[in-house]
Amino acid sequence: MKFGVEIVGVTAAAFLALLGAAFAGDDLFRAHMWVLFFALSVGAILLMRNTRFGAQAVATDTSGYLDGPIRYGVVATVFWGVVGFLVGVLIAAQLAFPHLNLEPWFNFGRVRPLHTSAVIFAFGGNALIATSFYVVQRTSRARLFGGDLAWFVFWGYQLFIVMAATGYLLGITQSREYAEPEWYLDIWLTIVWVAYLIVFLGTILKRKEPHIYVANWFYLSFIVTVAMLHVVNNLAVPVSFLSSKSYSAFAGVQDALTQWWYGHNAVGFFLTAGFLGMMYYFIPKQVDRPVYSYRLSIIHFWALIFLYIWAGPHHLHYTALPDWAQTLGMVFSIMLWMPSWGGMINGLMTLSGAWDKIRTDPIVRMMVMAVAFYGMATFEGPMMSIKTVNSLSHYTDWTIGHVHSGALGWNGLITFGAIYFLVPRLWNRERLYSMRMVTWHFWLATLGIVIYAAAMWVAGIQQGLMWREYDEQGFMVYSFAESVAAMVPYYVLRMLGGVLYLSGGLLMAWNVFMTIRGNLRQEKPIPGATPALQPAE
Amino acid sequence: METYTAMRHFADSWGLLIMVLFFAGVVLFAFRPGSRKQAEEAARIPLKDD
Repeated sequence: MKFGVEIVGVTAAAFLALLGAAFAGDDLFRAHMWVLFFALSVGAILLMRNTRFGAQAVATDTSGYLDGPIRYGVVATVFWGVVGFLVGVLIAAQLAFPHLNLEPWFNFGRVRPLHTSAVIFAFGGNALIATSFYVVQRTSRARLFGGDLAWFVFWGYQLFIVMAATGYLLGITQSREYAEPEWYLDIWLTIVWVAYLIVFLGTILKRKEPHIYVANWFYLSFIVTVAMLHVVNNLAVPVSFLSSKSYSAFAGVQDALTQWWYGHNAVGFFLTAGFLGMMYYFIPKQVDRPVYSYRLSIIHFWALIFLYIWAGPHHLHYTALPDWAQTLGMVFSIMLWMPSWGGMINGLMTLSGAWDKIRTDPIVRMMVMAVAFYGMATFEGPMMSIKTVNSLSHYTDWTIGHVHSGALGWNGLITFGAIYFLVPRLWNRERLYSMRMVTWHFWLATLGIVIYAAAMWVAGIQQGLMWREYDEQGFMVYSFAESVAAMVPYYVLRMLGGVLYLSGGLLMAWNVFMTIRGNLRQEKPIPGATPALQPAE
Repeated sequence: METYTAMRHFADSWGLLIMVLFFAGVVLFAFRPGSRKQAEEAARIPLKDD
């Protein structure tokens, strides 16, 4: 019987969720268990409708690559991306026009973690899982290890996303930035993540290619480190096993440092190492050239993972954290310039001899812009970690601008490039539905980021300067509310940048949808793109 | 000695030394004689299929 174990497992889990709702210790837990019950029930019904018995339960062909979870992952990436950008525009609008805070479920405090988790973990996470499964199979020349375990990773991760998102809106949070989900979801994510590690590592172990390609090193370091960070940062004691509330195992400044050790390495290993894995595969593939220097990529890898892990304390400058720890965080952040720029140069120089592709191939253009934003964001970050700069920039919108030039510019654009690369190949289409739309997406996204980042730089520096303005008698010149009121034009501009970025995302969703349907848009080819006269290799 | 102090002393002495030596070893290994050819082969791995 097809899906026999799955149906029993999901149904039993749905029953447990029902028991959780019945015996819940608090109202939030009860509401959340109802959500879980309905999600699992839908899953069980779908499984039952697709089951087969006896002779009909044909064995699946397991000779080629396992691409099903990757196809689903690409669609999920596009879907969650659009959702995440949309929620981002909403909270940007809420900051500019506070009346848009619809209490209690849609006020800024609940929707903001929905935005950050949707773009980082739902959009970025799905992109990482899908591309890592694609890359590890191609570069190892082996089918994914563990059979249907990859499907469990995909669906388990979507369940985590849905539960986390609904939890935020209900008001369930452990108040740790980028780690808001409560203890029971943290345990679930740990299980899914271990399954992910088994699939990925198992595929590497059974590889037919003798060498482990560098992209897999980056992906593996991302998986292992995120597991470690997630487990340590979420060490907590729940009030009861039927409660949505838990208390951290750490107290005071130790708790803060643990949180930012996690938080900054989420940037370092989730948003950097994992996405560098993408860069090291998809840029050489799209440009059809090997990476500029393979040996640089190895040194870049070790330098990056040795340094990043220490940079977290720069989030806690001028706090109760011991001075030596602040200085340590600052020094390691500055040293990170080296590997970051080593990676950027390696990515960009892969195009040497093929620079004309920036003009003729919008996907290459997107990837190059991503690496350029990586370089800019990793220049800005170390600069902001210097304590004297940080005394101006910290707690201002400059930080928000910095994060978004990294997230929208680097993570967003490299993911879009990878999606445009993957979709025709995964669905066996001749080409994308429209290359012209990719160009439009590129410009909408780039313009959106530039408007966003520029508005936030000005806003942040103005905020910082207003907060530190004293008159000759030592009184503060501006009240805090005055510095808030001064931000309105920048917040409106930021929203505009977000709208541009979102429209690019919608174009991508349409382009991907039409490509999957098998349509080809009649359009003028991009000048110089075809027919390409290639020199003999 | 309390745990915190012991761990700190270990981190800024032996821990630091081990990591620096490991990293130096990585750099030396990456640039060892004959590694260029092997690296160029490895760099072609993604381009070999499809």
